[in-house]
Formats: sequence, structure tokens, C-alpha cells
Amino acid sequence: MTFAARARDAIGNHQLHVALDRTTAQFGLRRSAAIATLDQFDAVRNQARAAKMQVLRTLGESLQEFERQLLASGARVHWAQTGEEANQIVVDIALKAGVRRVAKSKSMVSEETHLNGALERAGVTVIETDLGEYIVQLGNDRPSHIIAPIVHLTREQVGRLMQEKLAVPYTDDTQTLARYARERLREEFLQADMGLTGANFGVVENGTICLVTNEGNGRMVTTLPRIHVAMMGIEKLVPTMADLDRFLKLLARSATGQKLTTYTTLIRGPKRGGDDCGPEELHVVLIDNGRSQMLAGEIAEILGCIRCGACLNACPVYRTVGGHAYGDTYPGPVGAIVTPGLRGLDKHAELPGASSLCGACRDVCPVRLDIPRMLLALRHQAVEQTPQPLALRVGLKAFAHLASRPRLYRTAMSWVRRFLRSRASDGWIHDAPGMASGWTRFRELRAPAAQSFEAQWRARAATKSRT
Amino acid sequence: MIVQLFPTCLVNEFRPDVGMAVARVLERAGCEVALPEGLTCCGQPAFNAGFHDEARQVARHTIGVLGATDGPIVIPSGSCCDMLVHQNVELFRDDAAMADKARKVADRCREFSQLVAERLRANAAPAAAGAARRAPASTRVAYHPSCHLQRGLGVTREPRELVGSVTTAESVKFDEQDECCGFGGLFSIKNAEISAAMMDRKLAAIEASGADRLVSCDLGCLMHLEGGLRRRGAAIKVQHLAELLDEAATP
Repeated sequence: MTFAARARDAIGNHQLHVALDRTTAQFGLRRSAAIATLDQFDAVRNQARAAKMQVLRTLGESLQEFERQLLASGARVHWAQTGEEANQIVVDIALKAGVRRVAKSKSMVSEETHLNGALERAGVTVIETDLGEYIVQLGNDRPSHIIAPIVHLTREQVGRLMQEKLAVPYTDDTQTLARYARERLREEFLQADMGLTGANFGVVENGTICLVTNEGNGRMVTTLPRIHVAMMGIEKLVPTMADLDRFLKLLARSATGQKLTTYTTLIRGPKRGGDDCGPEELHVVLIDNGRSQMLAGEIAEILGCIRCGACLNACPVYRTVGGHAYGDTYPGPVGAIVTPGLRGLDKHAELPGASSLCGACRDVCPVRLDIPRMLLALRHQAVEQTPQPLALRVGLKAFAHLASRPRLYRTAMSWVRRFLRSRASDGWIHDAPGMASGWTRFRELRAPAAQSFEAQWRARAATKSRT
Repeated sequence: MIVQLFPTCLVNEFRPDVGMAVARVLERAGCEVALPEGLTCCGQPAFNAGFHDEARQVARHTIGVLGATDGPIVIPSGSCCDMLVHQNVELFRDDAAMADKARKVADRCREFSQLVAERLRANAAPAAAGAARRAPASTRVAYHPSCHLQRGLGVTREPRELVGSVTTAESVKFDEQDECCGFGGLFSIKNAEISAAMMDRKLAAIEASGADRLVSCDLGCLMHLEGGLRRRGAAIKVQHLAELLDEAATP
């Protein structure tokens, strides 16, 4: 199914619009309010951006130093070239340690690699403990937003799902729904023998893994089970703890409109002598899966993304079609760049076109990623590398030929005007032919002028010079 | 002061009256308006579609025509202006000589409202701009800030000030006013359903505001919104900012 087809379905889905409208606008307002509480927001953004770009420029060395620090803290480090390799590493850790149950906190990279399926195929039970992801798992659904996985569902839909899957009385009261989930999840935390997380940040200078959650589940899965595995993309590094401080300020404000996320967990190594809780083993899986290839090209900048989701909430296209239309793990403007980057532009050549280039994403991005620039760069690559519709190719070629030859252009345009005017009634065209029919399916097309501006202007000038 | 007018392809073919209004407003603001010979289109449709060779071909021509003139270049479109100011330089990043020419042209470009506001500020007496602010009859104006104008060029204040300077026009705010209208050039055709859904949201907000007139600085957005309003049967008048200012100054 193409992006266009998925988008069409989404536009016809009334429930989806109720759900998206309720939340995305709210996120946007909360973000604006939260940003007003940060002194010199733009200066912090600039510093954060500089730190991220610095790490990306020296990613090889940064990763080596990060690994040294992790090893020194007692963690074990694994490198995965692909998503499948990453999954295999996690499965192997689980099987070797006799793990039966894995409790997961929210991790986008594990969605990217489709980890849950791999674990289940190996006979390991996986429980999502983030409330949204838990509901996704219950409904055998897919997340549709980076930080709010079930933004596409209304609370009424969640109520019916829980009624069906958990045999609880129907309610659309979110507090009660959260309580239903909490009662079940508590047990899971205690039974799990492995906790699996992503990593919001990895601090190069001391090998700290930083996790933020609002539900505390991240803290539970990294302390209660005997093994903790953190999966992270290789781009998740920040240089120092001082940088981390800035990123945390930006992330919480941009993502949920908070000054600080409720639980910020900093992890350095497994349980040490004298600790009364914590895992016996800490594994960090560093995942490339296409990232180093992105680093070498025009869209390297997108690796600076901190997955706050602000660009999704600000994007009028995302707000119209929701996350599933983007067809992969990462939706919205960032997804339109990351997905072709990770999975190949040939498979997702439509995504960079899924934008009016309004630039709202660039305005809200906490690390000032120039998303429209990257979308344009990918559109160009798509033209170079993938087949384009004939009408567009020929049309633009002809257009360029004419538009660089003014006399020819003038003549051609007078024909186009005359042709379009012949299809108009009352000065308006109701059904234009060819590609322009995309226009008139939804709007009237004004008939062109009988005489061009240039002709009118020259006539006016001639009259003026005579008088 | 002589200003070079780049009318844009849409004005040239679809709305010459907007071009005339632009010229009259500029003339009242003390400018002498010249129309360079041989202008066509800025090439943005090809550029945004990813067809860089085609875009370069058009840009080379446009830079050639404009580069042979002097003085400020005025463009009654935020989007085309952004193309000339930002994207052309990018298109020629591997061609130092052309990039230099592109930059020189870019530095001379002003979007219409920018230039008018500059002239009004420069003139001691604003009335000299001919902005007598008499007609139109009392009207409630919804201003749509187009994306390339507000986010690309960073022009947010000037158009609003100019609308505000028309004493018989009351500016009305509407929901999600700064949001994209869904035009997006070829996006409006290639992603027609999404574009139309964005348009519907925008038009509903404008209708709910009680505005009887919709004003913007980009003809692309205006043709899209006007076509949508007409399909809905709504009676909101749609104007380029230049038309509103011209109407206000015409006895």
C-alpha cells in the first residue's frame, strides 16, 4: 500500500481525527508554554545543536570513548550492524541467561528492529510496560507517534479494547483505564527476568545511559529484573553531563511541555557490591542499521534528532493523516527523512513528498534541524534514483525548456491560457484535464487572464509615453 | 527609486490585476516600477519536485535577466521571493560563479510587503505612499500568513501592519492562523487529498472568524483558498495585499 493510499484512508477516518485533534493541538500549546519557562531558549537550542553536530562529526571516536566508559563501569557492549543482528544479540542474551519474560519500557529503536517478534519467536514472552505501548500490544496495533504511541486512539476506543482483552468493565475514564493497566503491569515487573529499554541519551564522557519516562516504568525495568539490556542507535550520544542537562531541558519541554520529565534515570553499570537493587548484568546494544550511511550523505543532520515528537505535533500533514500513513516506525516530518534513510529511498520515495514544506517542523525543532532542506534533498535523490511519473518528468522538462526562452514561453503560455479559458464557465474551471484534475477535484480553478500582465503593462507604458 | 518588478508566473498568467495593483501601490510609495524584459518563472515548482537540473535551467535564466538590472527587485509572493533569496544560491553551490550571481540577485530581492513597509518607514509622511486609507467600505479582514513568507523569509510584522493601516479594515484573528493552508505548489496536485483536508480546516477557521475578506501575500495560497471557498459557495472576498492597499488608496 502506498503512502497516498494510506493517507486517503486516514483522511476518511473520523475517529482518527477526533483523536489527533484532541492531542496534537494540546501538545503544541503545552510546548509553547513550557518553552516560555526556559531562559534563553534559543541559546540553549544552539548549544545543544552544536554539541550534537560535534558528536556526529566525530562519531567514530565518540563511540569508542563511550564504549571504553561503558566497559569501565562494568557494562557489556554489543555492536549490531543491522536490525536483525541487534535482535539476535538480545535473543542470545535472553536464551543464555534462561530468560522467560522480558519487561520492556518504551523504545523506538526496538520498534525499528521489530524486536518483540524476534523474542517471541525464540519463546520469550514480552510485555510492554509503557501505558501507551501496553495498549498497542493489547490491540496488536502499531504506535503512531514517537512519544504518544496511541495518539490515534480515542479514550473510548481504549476503553472498549480493555473491556475486550482484559475482561474489565467498560469506561472511558482515563484514570480508571490507567489503573486497570497498572494492576496488571505491577505483577509483570516482579516476574520479569529481563528488562529491556532504549536510551534517550548516552553520555560519552562517563558512559551514562539516560532514560526518561513519565510513568516510572523505565526505572522499574532497569532495577527489578536481573538483567538489563539497553538498545540504542549509535547517534544517541551527547558529549558531556553538562550537555545532557541542556538536552533534558529541551526534550521535556518539546515533547510533553514539561520542565522536566517525571522520572529521569541515569545508569552507569550493573549492580555493585553494596547496592540493594539493580541488575546483575547490564548490556548495551549499539545499533547502526543504516545510520552510518546516512551520516555520509545530505541527511546526516537528521541523526541529531532527539525524538521529541514536536515536529509531528506541529506538522499539518501529520495532523491530517496520523502516524500510520507514514508506513514505518518513525512518522511525521522526521520519519519522512529517517525512514528513507534507514530502509532505503527506493522503498519510501513518496515520503519526502509528504510535506507542503511549510517549515513549522524547523521552527519547533529543539535542535534546529533543517527538516525542509532535507526533504528537498531527498526529493532530489528520489528524482535521480527512482522512476518518476512520465507526466511530471516530461512536464517539468518542457517547463524548464520554455521558462528559459521567454519568447517561446510567452507564446506557449498564451496557448495554455486560451485552452484553459475555453474550459471555463463564469471565469472558473470546474474540471481541469490531466494532472490539473488533482486541483479541480477539490477546488475551482480560476480561468487565466485574456491578456498577460506583461502585455497589459507594456500597453500601459505605451499609453503613458504617448500622453 | 527604481524598482524591478518580478510579477511571478501566476500573476502574469492568472491575475494581471494583482500586478497592476502592486505597481500602483509602489508608485504611490514613491517608486518608479520597471518590468525587466524576459522574466518567466522562478523555477520553484521544479526545485520543490526535486528536479534540480530543470530548476537550475530556469534559475540561470532568471538570474541572468535580473542580474542585468539595478536596484531593488520586488516580488509579490513570499514563496517565489524565498526561492530567489535562499534556494537559488543552494542550487548553484557547485558553481561558484553562478552562486555569486545568485547571491547578488538574492541580496536585492524584497517581498512586496517588505518593500512597501520599508518605503513607508523611510518616507516622513505615510500619506505620500498614497495610502489615504479611505475606501474600502468597512470590512473584516482575515490575513493568511503564507509559510515561505513568515518562516522562510521571516516577514511577519509588515503585512499585518499594512492591513492595520487601512482604517476601514478590521483585522480578525482566526484559529491556527499561522498554520499552512495546504497549497504547497505541486503538493496541491500530487497530494491533493491531504492538501484539500488542510484547506478545509483553514477555510472553516476563516469562516468561523466572521471575516468577509481574506488577504495574503502569495497568489498560490490565494488561488487555492479562493477555489476552495468557491467550491463551498462561501462569499468571502479574496485579495492579494496589494489589491487591498490599492483599493484603500483609490478615490
